Amino acid sequence: MNEQPLWEVFIRNKQGLDHKHVGSLHAADARTALESARDVYTRRMEGISIWVVESRYIHASSPEDSGSFFDPANDKVYRHPTFYKLPDEVQYM
Amino acid sequence: MEDKNIYEYTLMLADSSLIMGQRLSEWTGHGPILELDIAITNIALDEIGQARLLYQFAAELKNKQEPGSKATEDTIAFLRDAWDFKNLQISELPNGDWGQSVLKIFFLAHWQRQMYGKLIYSPIKNLSDVAEKALKEVTYHVRWSSDWVRRLGDGTEESRGRMQKALEYLWPYTQEFFEPEGYEWDGIFENAGEDFFENMKAGWNKEVSLVLTEASLTLPESHTYMRKGGKKGLHTEHLGHLLAEMQFLQRAYPGCEW
Repeated sequence: MNEQPLWEVFIRNKQGLDHKHVGSLHAADARTALESARDVYTRRMEGISIWVVESRYIHASSPEDSGSFFDPANDKVYRHPTFYKLPDEVQYM
Repeated sequence: MEDKNIYEYTLMLADSSLIMGQRLSEWTGHGPILELDIAITNIALDEIGQARLLYQFAAELKNKQEPGSKATEDTIAFLRDAWDFKNLQISELPNGDWGQSVLKIFFLAHWQRQMYGKLIYSPIKNLSDVAEKALKEVTYHVRWSSDWVRRLGDGTEESRGRMQKALEYLWPYTQEFFEPEGYEWDGIFENAGEDFFENMKAGWNKEVSLVLTEASLTLPESHTYMRKGGKKGLHTEHLGHLLAEMQFLQRAYPGCEW
């Protein structure tokens, strides 16, 4: 049964929070993947909602691109919203 | 009299869950893939969890009836002999292959869903509390096992053949599900009329047949010899072996804890 496709599992553990990637599993179809995700990843009350996505539909950046992808952001501190003066009346930003 | 009925009925439910759980736990480490190994072990644990709650209530009843009997969930589970067990015979049958195991879960879970579905309205609070918790668990067991029955029945020639064989093996053990014993007394249920068990049976039949048809499986002929007696302590040869393993430690080292 090893030829079954791989699925990535995302779980939301509280209302209002995002789904987080928790791991992967093998399953023949989406319904089984959901059931297996329930059985494997929510045994200890970790979740209230599950997403499964077949791994082949996830396109990832590759490690060798990381220099050109991410390093250029290092010296651009002006992109951080830390240069504004906030009026005192604004309490939560 | 009433308490004795409640006690025996509680044992019947508890024993069916415990024996099913013990049997399914044999799959631990042997599932076809890791995910399914965990899935079927979860079901085994659900069953044992239900059994524990029911035995705790049974022990309470027993101690009330026979003060000084010092019954606990453990003495009831580990210190009775095969003829004292009232589990449905289907729960003690060997697991066989994956198909036979999932079909066994399928039949039992559908029975439990009917039973717990009525029991949540029981005037006996301990039972209705257990039913409320258990109903959610068995609803998942129904979903999970129905998927497998469909998938294997409507699968390859090999998987269909195995499912059909499993169906012929297990079907005769489903007859006793809705044939009430004397202790399945109407005070346990709310408004149990004359056709109470007939109605549950019809509900079970309808749900089970629907899935079996979708799975393109054929029900055995109606004149098949039907097995019964589990509810009053008549069992197949398999229960004794199962108990020998399950009870060994408490029998050999009474009161042993770790």
